[in-house]
Amino acid sequence: MNRIVPILTVVLAIVVLWYGAAIGMNKKWALDQAGRAGVELSTSEVIADTWSQDRPVLPAPHQVAQELWKTTGAMVLKGRAMSKRSLIFHGWITLSATLLGFAIGTGAGILLAVGIVHNRAMDMSVMPWAIASQTIPILAIAPMIIVVLNSVGIQGLLPKAFISAYLSFFPVVVGMVKGLRSPDAMQLDLLRTYNASGGETFRKLRLPSSMPYLFTSLKIGMAASLVGAIVGELPTGAIRGLGARMLTGSYYGQTIQIWSALFAAAILAASLVGIIGLIERRMLKRMGAKQ
Amino acid sequence: MTAPPVIEAKDLDLTFQTNDGPIHALKGVDLTIDKGDFVSFIGPSGCGKTTFLRVIAALEHPTGGTITVNGMTPDEARRQRAYGYVFQAAGLYPWRTIRGNIKLPLEIMGYSKEQQDENVEKVLELVDLKGFGKKFPWQLSGGMQQRASIARALAFDAEILLMDEPFGALDEIVRDHLNEQLLALWARTKKTIGFVTHSIPEAVYLSTKIVVMSPRPGRITDVIESPLPKERPLDIRDTPEFLEVAHRVREGLRAGHAYDD
Repeated sequence: MNRIVPILTVVLAIVVLWYGAAIGMNKKWALDQAGRAGVELSTSEVIADTWSQDRPVLPAPHQVAQELWKTTGAMVLKGRAMSKRSLIFHGWITLSATLLGFAIGTGAGILLAVGIVHNRAMDMSVMPWAIASQTIPILAIAPMIIVVLNSVGIQGLLPKAFISAYLSFFPVVVGMVKGLRSPDAMQLDLLRTYNASGGETFRKLRLPSSMPYLFTSLKIGMAASLVGAIVGELPTGAIRGLGARMLTGSYYGQTIQIWSALFAAAILAASLVGIIGLIERRMLKRMGAKQ
Repeated sequence: MTAPPVIEAKDLDLTFQTNDGPIHALKGVDLTIDKGDFVSFIGPSGCGKTTFLRVIAALEHPTGGTITVNGMTPDEARRQRAYGYVFQAAGLYPWRTIRGNIKLPLEIMGYSKEQQDENVEKVLELVDLKGFGKKFPWQLSGGMQQRASIARALAFDAEILLMDEPFGALDEIVRDHLNEQLLALWARTKKTIGFVTHSIPEAVYLSTKIVVMSPRPGRITDVIESPLPKERPLDIRDTPEFLEVAHRVREGLRAGHAYDD
């Protein structure tokens, strides 16, 4: 209860601001239309109009909510959850690329981190490249990845997953390197007095020590993966996926559609990060974390 | 008395190369430790007492002179699991229970499951932590954590116990209690113990042999064979014999400092 009240207060404030902004931004269109038709609008009529236009500059919250329901819950009720007009369908397209990319990125990130921690040459050479890779705007490199992969016959899910992986491996590398190096000299000395091998040091000390770092990285990586998958849909003229919905929405001035796709993406990201948070809590509890 | 010494150092040198030039951590150290000795190393910081302990444990390698542990090099002795090491911090793994922490060296050394359980029970009793095996480290007080780390060092039955200021971070009352327990444990297990401290009463109370060291370069200024009996209640610290030994240690420390200032 103590946590819900502040959260609701903030949500309420955002909604109020949003409605206010919708009036300001959509007013011009409403007045222009009325002027052309030669009618005078009262203030309340103007406000009502700004909240119910077909193609507003800024759709009102209830319009976005209605569109979200129309393209998800309502379609499920009609048994057409996987139709091409359904956000669930588009969400699933994006989600599958996100998850595949996240898996590839996380795997690659962990492997690179293990290499960096255990191999001096990799330590000196890999990290600068990993950092350089993230300084290139993903929007610039995404079309090239898709074109290059297309030319070798790879299409569909995998190119998008690669773009996701490209974004998500980096936080995992950084977090895991820090985590695997987090045991102090004393704990490493202790294992040396047991004559423990490098593999045992890794399994029994470095890996468990890195878990809190890993989960933090996974949360960032998951959000980055979703961004990657959406960006991967944008420059390719894709017709499926949340990115495609945003793109077609912007072609046809369907702002409500763009906003509902945005919200679908945000809800998806929040749920995915939330799931990782749940796994983290269970895992760290099993590892004896303080409650 | 003809048994070979457990640790024998002859003219031991250790120089660290640093950016500020070489540091003589140890210079010309000669020392013999016999089986069953309780040897304390005392001196101001930088005198090389911890370094010497680390050389015994093959965590540092001397740049001159020789050292043998049970007639072997420290590296060979380590491979034969000759010693348990206790650090200043307990260093228990927070993700393992006390039992799991004590099992750690046993797992690495390839003990069978039954043998692991048996050893854990035995050492938990030795350090008076019976019934705490299932707790996680954060559920225990600092003193109990340090006892668990001593149990971990004892678990694989090493002959030599090396302790680097194990009670340095604990308050005086807990420290007294642990000192008493450590003496009882030493009497029961008959281990050879090397113990680094910078508390004079602690060194005199515990040891059969007190090695006084001084810094720059790290060297031994005095080796005192304690005349105190093996049975030592806490109030032995008020006897004239005790005070006399403590006085000699203090003199040794002062002599080491004399040409320094």
